Amino acid sequence: MSKTKIKTQTKWNIKGIENWGWKKHPLGATIPEAGNAADYKTGGWRSNRPIWDEEKCTNCLICWINCPDSSIRVKDEKWDSFDYDHCKGCGICANVCPTKAITMVEEGGEK
Amino acid sequence: MATTANKATTKQTTVAMTGNAGCALAMKQINPDVVGAYPITPQTTIVEEFANYVANGVVDTEYINVESEHSAMSACIGASAAGARVMTTTSSQGLALMWEELSIASAMRLPIVMHNVNRSLSGPINIHCDHSDSMGARDMGWVQMFGETAQEAYDNTIIAMRVAEHEKVMLPVMIMHDGFITSHAIDRFDVLDDEVVKKFVGEYVPKRALLDTDNPMTFGPFAMPPYYYEQRKAMRVALENAKDVVLKVSKEYGKLSGRTYGLFEEYRLDDAHIAVIVLGSTAGTAKYVVDKLRDKGMKVGLLKPRLFRPFPSAEMADALSHLKAVAVMDRSDSIGAPGGPVYMEVKAALYNTTKRPHVQGYVYGLGGRDTGPDQIETVFGDLQKVARGEEAPREAVTLLGVKE
Amino acid sequence: MATIKELSHKEERLTGGHRLCAGCGASIAVRQVLLGTDNPVVAGSATGCLEVSTTPYPFTAWGTPFIHNAFENSAATMSGVEGAYNALKRRGKIPADKEIKFVAFGGDGGTYDIGLQSLSGAMERGHNMLYVCYDNGAYMNTGIQRSGATPFGAATTTSPAGKVGQGKPQARKDLTQIMAAHNIPYVAQASISHWKDLVNKAEKAFAVDGPAFINVMSPCPRGWRTPNEMTVEIAKLAVQTGFWPLYEVEDGEWKLNFKPAKGLRPVEEFLKPQGRFKHFFKPGNEHLIEEFQSQVDKNWERLKKRCGVE
Repeated sequence: MSKTKIKTQTKWNIKGIENWGWKKHPLGATIPEAGNAADYKTGGWRSNRPIWDEEKCTNCLICWINCPDSSIRVKDEKWDSFDYDHCKGCGICANVCPTKAITMVEEGGEK
Repeated sequence: MATTANKATTKQTTVAMTGNAGCALAMKQINPDVVGAYPITPQTTIVEEFANYVANGVVDTEYINVESEHSAMSACIGASAAGARVMTTTSSQGLALMWEELSIASAMRLPIVMHNVNRSLSGPINIHCDHSDSMGARDMGWVQMFGETAQEAYDNTIIAMRVAEHEKVMLPVMIMHDGFITSHAIDRFDVLDDEVVKKFVGEYVPKRALLDTDNPMTFGPFAMPPYYYEQRKAMRVALENAKDVVLKVSKEYGKLSGRTYGLFEEYRLDDAHIAVIVLGSTAGTAKYVVDKLRDKGMKVGLLKPRLFRPFPSAEMADALSHLKAVAVMDRSDSIGAPGGPVYMEVKAALYNTTKRPHVQGYVYGLGGRDTGPDQIETVFGDLQKVARGEEAPREAVTLLGVKE
Repeated sequence: MATIKELSHKEERLTGGHRLCAGCGASIAVRQVLLGTDNPVVAGSATGCLEVSTTPYPFTAWGTPFIHNAFENSAATMSGVEGAYNALKRRGKIPADKEIKFVAFGGDGGTYDIGLQSLSGAMERGHNMLYVCYDNGAYMNTGIQRSGATPFGAATTTSPAGKVGQGKPQARKDLTQIMAAHNIPYVAQASISHWKDLVNKAEKAFAVDGPAFINVMSPCPRGWRTPNEMTVEIAKLAVQTGFWPLYEVEDGEWKLNFKPAKGLRPVEEFLKPQGRFKHFFKPGNEHLIEEFQSQVDKNWERLKKRCGVE
């Protein structure tokens, strides 16, 4: 399970919400579902993409704790993957990595 | 529509206390979860009385002694969103300071009940009664109810709780009574037993609550143009709904107490030719004048608005249709507008009707200036002349009792 | 204090998909602070970047109950939430064994300036809540206007550097010390660059019975005119140069949490990468750097004395 998944008991279907009439919106615009911003992809903002080098990574997780977009997934205390749906390509992870295991490449370049 | 006296179905106690003490007593009987309040003249004695109830363990309310009225309403909003039943109280500058929060409370659809003990707005600074404070808040999406006496202030407090929390409303309610005149004068009135009030207001079961941590919700999000407008429409509809809900709850309350309130009170209005419209404590003086002039054979009456928001336009237009001329007396001025706020609402309510009286506007009693029977008699005198066609109707509003 | 590996098991309470700028320090601060407790948490925020970007209806990035009210009242609003919790718990509507934590966030504008009264009141009243200021030294949400937290000489859109003006003429307000003067159980100054220190402080702050305050250095790449990837690095320089000392005041005990063995690095290292201090490095403006350095030195000495450090 990815770390960016948020526990919630309420699911809220917002299909077509831009065109909803006033009766359909929740009272006081209260958003009933936690963390549904995960459904909004900010990955398209990216001009640079982080690339991970397994050889160099020591799983210190410094990148994870410094990511402003909660876009580094950790599994069993080990680096797992980038969440490219939400990563905005800021490059902080590459900058803070003590072993240079993360490098930034131009989006559309190396996959 | 009119306030009627019927047979009470429950035991009541007659008390002699100030209007503010009556409000504090009603708050005690409601025993809300949270009160966040700040002292200000002439409201202060409400928070003092309530603090005594807290200090003596008569209520187990969480009483938050905030550092300003802005924080009072902010804390109330937080507490109400958390899922608590919440009350507060203010006056004048305090209401002005919380202006920003008033609109947020209503937009978040939080059923907060607040007394606003009417006092003029600075400046110059003045602590005495007029209605410019609550009238300045009339577009904030709150239900607004005015009371004439300590009895009404007490009754309205209990009724307001039910109105605010009604699922068709879910809006904050502001209850008004006149600073010093009603707030500080000792009056004789009847109160219900604690248990009766407790049962009448019932338990508040919120449908949304921040403290429901198993279902995390976000309150107060940022709404861009595709979403903001619909929220405001929903508020408008809810506020309109409040009219029926106020009547329904008032009727139920009337069965218990023997005091059934309408949207406004009609006093000797049925067969009147001319009438005065005035809200708050001055309606009491006006009733005295009506009686006096009736004794002289004049066909005069009074309409005392109770609900100002939502404004009962259709009902009022109907109640006034048989009159030749009415005078609207406003205890606040809408400077630069054609007249005071009540005057403008009444005129607007009548404009599209075919059978309607002439409407004359008056402003009176700003900053606590006394308004006695003489002034009200003068108003009736004016109306009489207009009704008889002896005097041309005036366009401009008249400021009663101002020294030229 | 948990290790980073242990922390990585914790529930993520702020999801991706929020609209904060790439490289924003605010969301790093929020994530690190929320790692400080395993209890259910109700969070709130003052109006500002964090609030606008995490809750654009119909989306919310908050995985925990969240409330935004207005700009100046994040603390007062949360004090009401905490009050409701006390009342409902007393009345048996919340189970006695359920312990909810409360945290209010605000930027420096919403905390140092417009929200100071609300914060001060809430702290004085003793609510069991944590207030976190994410300090980026200006009103970033409205487009980088100066605030009481803007450092001396920094160019903002309302304190620009021009032919006569040299950025903000005044030094910044020391909010952390103002909060310490409230004699509340816990006050700390932290930085997103020192995650261990920050998470540790958040743990302490959530654990105390009563109000707590943490001021977190949270750089803003837009406002500071720094590259996106530099956010954590520049925050580290703020600490290493003494511009932003890490310290805490626990029940009145002042403690310096970071003292470099080789002494502070020159402030120039902190100033140089930032576009808002570009005018400092024009020939003839050396006095601005000197003035900045002397302010930092003075504050550092004063702080060391309070902390009983040589």
